[in-house]
Amino acid sequence: MSDNQLTELIERYLDGSMTAEERTQFELLRKNDVTVESRVTEHKQFMGLLKQYGERLELQKRLDAIHDEIDVHALKEEVTIHPVWVVRMWRHHHSKISVAASIAIFAILSTLFFTGKLNSHDSRFVELRDEVSRLKISNDQLKQTVNTRLINGAKTTKPKPVNPGNFRGTGFALSSNGYIVTNYHVVNGADSIYVQNAAGESFHSKVIYTEPQNDIAILEINDSTFKNLGAVPYNFKKSSTDLGENVFTFGYPGGEVVFGPGALTSATGYQGDTTEYQVSIPVNPGNSGGPLLDDKGNIIGIINGKQTRVAGAAFAVKSAYLLKAIQNIPADSLSKSLTLNNRNTLAGLSRPQQLKKLKNYVFMVKVYNQ
Amino acid sequence: MNKELKASAPTDSEIVLGILNNSEIVLKRLYTAYFPMILQLIINNNGNEDDAKDIYQEAIIVLYNKIKSGEFELSSKLKTYIYSVCRRLWLKRLSQMNRYGGDIRDFEEYLPVEDEVDNHNERDTQFSKMENALQLLGEPCKTIMEDFYIHNRSMQDICERFGYTNADNAKTQKYKCLQRLKKLFFQQK
Repeated sequence: MSDNQLTELIERYLDGSMTAEERTQFELLRKNDVTVESRVTEHKQFMGLLKQYGERLELQKRLDAIHDEIDVHALKEEVTIHPVWVVRMWRHHHSKISVAASIAIFAILSTLFFTGKLNSHDSRFVELRDEVSRLKISNDQLKQTVNTRLINGAKTTKPKPVNPGNFRGTGFALSSNGYIVTNYHVVNGADSIYVQNAAGESFHSKVIYTEPQNDIAILEINDSTFKNLGAVPYNFKKSSTDLGENVFTFGYPGGEVVFGPGALTSATGYQGDTTEYQVSIPVNPGNSGGPLLDDKGNIIGIINGKQTRVAGAAFAVKSAYLLKAIQNIPADSLSKSLTLNNRNTLAGLSRPQQLKKLKNYVFMVKVYNQ
Repeated sequence: MNKELKASAPTDSEIVLGILNNSEIVLKRLYTAYFPMILQLIINNNGNEDDAKDIYQEAIIVLYNKIKSGEFELSSKLKTYIYSVCRRLWLKRLSQMNRYGGDIRDFEEYLPVEDEVDNHNERDTQFSKMENALQLLGEPCKTIMEDFYIHNRSMQDICERFGYTNADNAKTQKYKCLQRLKKLFFQQK
């Protein structure tokens, strides 16, 4: 039986034009021959698809005819959402608007800048380590030459031949054998630390203990050229000091050691911090870590910060916390014994004489880092 | 014009009955009633009026076939159904063209109609295969196939049209054509 004949049979079978006899015969064939069976289903499906395809074409034609009657153009106008005038204006003029806006913003910002309105007026706590950078030095030199040096009296006045360090603070001796205390924020992040005495000699030092919460750092001079300092003239006060006591500090806000007189004004520090005193002493960046002494020459604290834009509000860590920190130093960090002097040889001396003695025990702490 | 169309919008059951009865008028009313809605959707989402026509007609075909097959149940408004199908089709088309920016500006509420659209697309690919196969088949086979199988013309008519003297010759020709058509159709990937 040829292909065509089979197809014809299938067609006749499907459209029902077979006689009953032919039909039973064909059904038998279908049952027995798998290929015939599959041909029948295939043909049926294909015809169905062809029919549907025709219907689809016809429907499409009908829809197209309907569509042609619609005035699409008018409808389009109607349904298009016209943006509000702001958007239209932006689309047409956005470059001009941008330029105008930039100029306006620039004008406002520069006005604010030149009138000083951009500077914040908050009073804040500042740590008093001195950041010494090449830029600042040259800036200061420039200022000097035009003779309009207004602020930052603390900055170095003489250009130094040696690298003065990235940061600078003050420290003072705890014992005659080279233990020095300063502020943690002065030495934080340091690669190397030198301390410089009043005679201008520098000694390499290392940090042996820190207490960041109290802003205390203990250094040890580990330089071979360092000689014993001789007995420390002051002692450390354990109890707290009363308000109104005359106090003074001695430190290195600049290249030279500077005396700062003042009074103890409050028993608590910045925002009521009980670990600190508030003192009225003129201090500047570089004073951090300096000693705070009372009239008799007892160490009562360590200068560590001041409040900006508030007159006469400097802060000092109470000496009791320094003593606590000294006790907390692990024994194996100490290569030499750290014994605090408890004899005060400053008491009864006049202030200039006290300072003369003190000078040898107060150091400039120079911090180098990357 | 829009208002006029809205006023004449047929009810949903009218449409279903009309389509089942092959009513040309109902089809036309259905078509004109909701076309503005879809035009609005497409035009305001990166399309033009030709896209709107394509998409809308596809949606109408989906609806038409669904009603014809008897599966359609009026569980939502026809308007919502048409809108949802169009929305889905248009999202698909947009992502094919890489023009889809991640959001679409909607004008109506819509239903999830993923399955229906997928079925429709599947069938569409079959139809385009068939169209290709018919094109490749060439004349006179194409016309013979269309006349006989789609338009249900008799063999007699076809004989006369193509000038076959013998009905048997015409029949043989027809089967040859069918054979080739099937081959062309199934060859396509």
